Amino acid sequence: MSTTFESLQKRVIRRPQQRHIPVLATLALLCVMYGAGVVRYTGFSDTQIVLNVFIDNGFLLVVGVGMTFVILTGGIDLSVGAVVALTTMIFASLVRAGWSPIAVLPVVLLVGALIGLAMGSIIHFFDIQPFIATLAGMFLARGLCYVISTEAIRIDNALWTSLADYKIRFGGFHISWSVVIALVVVLVGAYVLAYTRLGRNIYAIGGNQQSALLMGLPVGRTKIAVYTISGVCSALGGVLLTFYTSSGYGLHALGMELDAIAAVVIGGTVLTGGSGFLFGTVLGVLVLGLIQTIITFEGTLSSWWTKIVIGALLFAFIVLQRAVARRTS
Amino acid sequence: MGTALLSMSGISKQFPGVKALEGVDFRLYQGEIHALMGENGAGKSTLIKVLTGVYDIDEGEIALDGRPVRFAGPQQATEAGISTVYQEVNLCTNLSVAENIFIGREPTKFGRIQWGVMRRRATDLLQRLELDLDVTAQLSTYSLAVQQLVAIARAIDVDAKILVLDEPTSSLDAGEVAQLFRIMRQLKAQGIAIVFVSHFLDQIYEICDRMTILRNGRLVGEHLVADISQLQLVSLMIGKELALLERLEDAGKRSFDAAPAVAQAHDLGRSGAVEPFNLTIHQGEVVGLAGLLGSGRTELARLFFGADKADTGHLEIDGKPVTMHGPRAAMNHDIAYCSENRKTEGLVEELSVRENIILALQAARGWTRPLPRRRQDELVQKYIDALNINPKDPELPVRNLSGGNQQKVLLARWLITEPRLLILDEPTRGIDIGAKAEIQRLVVELSDGGMAVLFISAELEEVLRLSHRIGVLRDRRLVTQLENTDAVDLDRLTETIASGT
Repeated sequence: MSTTFESLQKRVIRRPQQRHIPVLATLALLCVMYGAGVVRYTGFSDTQIVLNVFIDNGFLLVVGVGMTFVILTGGIDLSVGAVVALTTMIFASLVRAGWSPIAVLPVVLLVGALIGLAMGSIIHFFDIQPFIATLAGMFLARGLCYVISTEAIRIDNALWTSLADYKIRFGGFHISWSVVIALVVVLVGAYVLAYTRLGRNIYAIGGNQQSALLMGLPVGRTKIAVYTISGVCSALGGVLLTFYTSSGYGLHALGMELDAIAAVVIGGTVLTGGSGFLFGTVLGVLVLGLIQTIITFEGTLSSWWTKIVIGALLFAFIVLQRAVARRTS
Repeated sequence: MGTALLSMSGISKQFPGVKALEGVDFRLYQGEIHALMGENGAGKSTLIKVLTGVYDIDEGEIALDGRPVRFAGPQQATEAGISTVYQEVNLCTNLSVAENIFIGREPTKFGRIQWGVMRRRATDLLQRLELDLDVTAQLSTYSLAVQQLVAIARAIDVDAKILVLDEPTSSLDAGEVAQLFRIMRQLKAQGIAIVFVSHFLDQIYEICDRMTILRNGRLVGEHLVADISQLQLVSLMIGKELALLERLEDAGKRSFDAAPAVAQAHDLGRSGAVEPFNLTIHQGEVVGLAGLLGSGRTELARLFFGADKADTGHLEIDGKPVTMHGPRAAMNHDIAYCSENRKTEGLVEELSVRENIILALQAARGWTRPLPRRRQDELVQKYIDALNINPKDPELPVRNLSGGNQQKVLLARWLITEPRLLILDEPTRGIDIGAKAEIQRLVVELSDGGMAVLFISAELEEVLRLSHRIGVLRDRRLVTQLENTDAVDLDRLTETIASGT
């Protein structure tokens, strides 16, 4: 009996840190980029530079959290950019109509949740590919922006302007409220993923939906939930964007869904689902932000270089994920 | 033995056009390992699905612990204490071992998963099964065998009274099977009743106490394993039905030792599919393959065609070693393969008879050199006549043909390429007797014309009637090759399949 037991143990291949490799790779990349920036440009080592990356990308981080939930189940949400734009539009128009921004907040979050809920339900009940269902949602939300107005609407509200411009100062540095909100969203999201049944079901579905179903997990409910969460995150991201732009406009956040997907994938979450961490998404957003910062510091480079670098990085990370997946199987 | 833990009586289940189960009785006692036996289509899986609540029954009664029950779904059956582990491991390999055991019923406090408690409980549970695993490791880092054992751990954690193991051993090696059996004996000692399904007879005889045998949806018998020999078991499973077929000339008695070998396998094998074997097929010879379902018949044939890659040994065609890089390479060596599953692997149902027939020839020529339409019509007409394909309209979609005629179309497709080695995998399954006889006659004609044929069939009579030589497979091993002389008859062949000698 002991021999069979040994033979069994021999077949056990131990690679404990396997699922952490992509995140670690992103972390290393981030350190290299930051180090290169510090060496090359004067003033880059200022901690405020890093904080500014957070300030400029708070909304993307929040949208990225929702996107991470969706991608972990093996789905995709193309509607996020359009929902962000729609949120800014609804927000701006209601404020212009005399609503208090505090009263508008629950309204836009509800709208985001409903759009997500609708897409999730269509995906689950009619067994439609998430790509198509959320593509439809994207066109719908983008179109609705222009029903409200074809022009940009300025947000002229004393309370809102003061909130947006408020600087939380500590030790010579400052961050904005949007950074605080974004980090709270990340923490809540990370808790849900790691410590609740909903979170673990999300990983299980991404790993093997058929198995999850046979193990008696609520697959349909979970899938609808992630799209709803993504909708809420997009709406909140839209609110944070109004801090940044002080306006509502149908052309806001064009292509943001692709930035969000890029951040999630660069952050090490596997597009087929089941593997990844929110911490990775934070790193992914930082990588994207840092590329922009470096290109700004470079001065002479066209901003399109941002896209080229992001493209190259995406390729690199998808190949890395494939390599890791091959070694696992 | 006392009263049965589970008793199913007079179970009938009808699917459109098929009576899957007809008045089947099944009894299961506490602390026994019970084998459910039968060939494919005998009703084993239907009975299991009835037991696990996947199907509802049309007639009959199920009683658990003496109380009548009726399950509306798998969840209900699980709650009643019936757990199932399927052939394919249904777990999430991206999660940890502990999570796979507990997901869906994780210990929580105020909605927060208590990872520490979960890990401890998982370790305890696995230790009871004498499994020493790191419960925090991702399941994918463990072998398939260990994954299967984790699936069993998950199944028994829900206070299972009955554990159904549906072909759990099909992908395990000998050591892993021993490990599984050790755990099964342990569970049995704890009073759990186990339903065990396996195609491996030796395993049944090693581990099981009793068995229920099904054939064609009916109960054939319920026996103590000790009371029934392997030979009796095999003949009960297969049944000896008198075939109403026209008697063909005795195919045997010719010697092929002098004839040139078309294909020779030297230690050809593929792990998990078929163990290394030596087999020579001569020109004009029909080599039959016999064995129970899952014994490796199809797997052996696929190695000849290059449909699967061999990982040991090599193949010689006309005495020259070749590497089969896939079906295209095999076709270049004039080898044709008529697959078992004509619906999913063979015919394109939307295309016409003519298009289906010329498909392989066209593929062999390359798509840049289309076959002239006149030549197509000529060839197609020739084979429609030769094989008596009915109706004779070459432009009819294949979908509209009967099963037997579809099979003939598939056969025509390969014959048109004029192969020297034709591999026929279950060419007569599910077709009517007339068409069957025609296909059998065709095989004889082709081999008389010098074609080498590798013939696979679950019907032993058919293999006996057509083959010059019979390779017997058992538990994925080519155990012996019999010259088909007068000394070999159905009993002798059945015995060989049962005992391996």
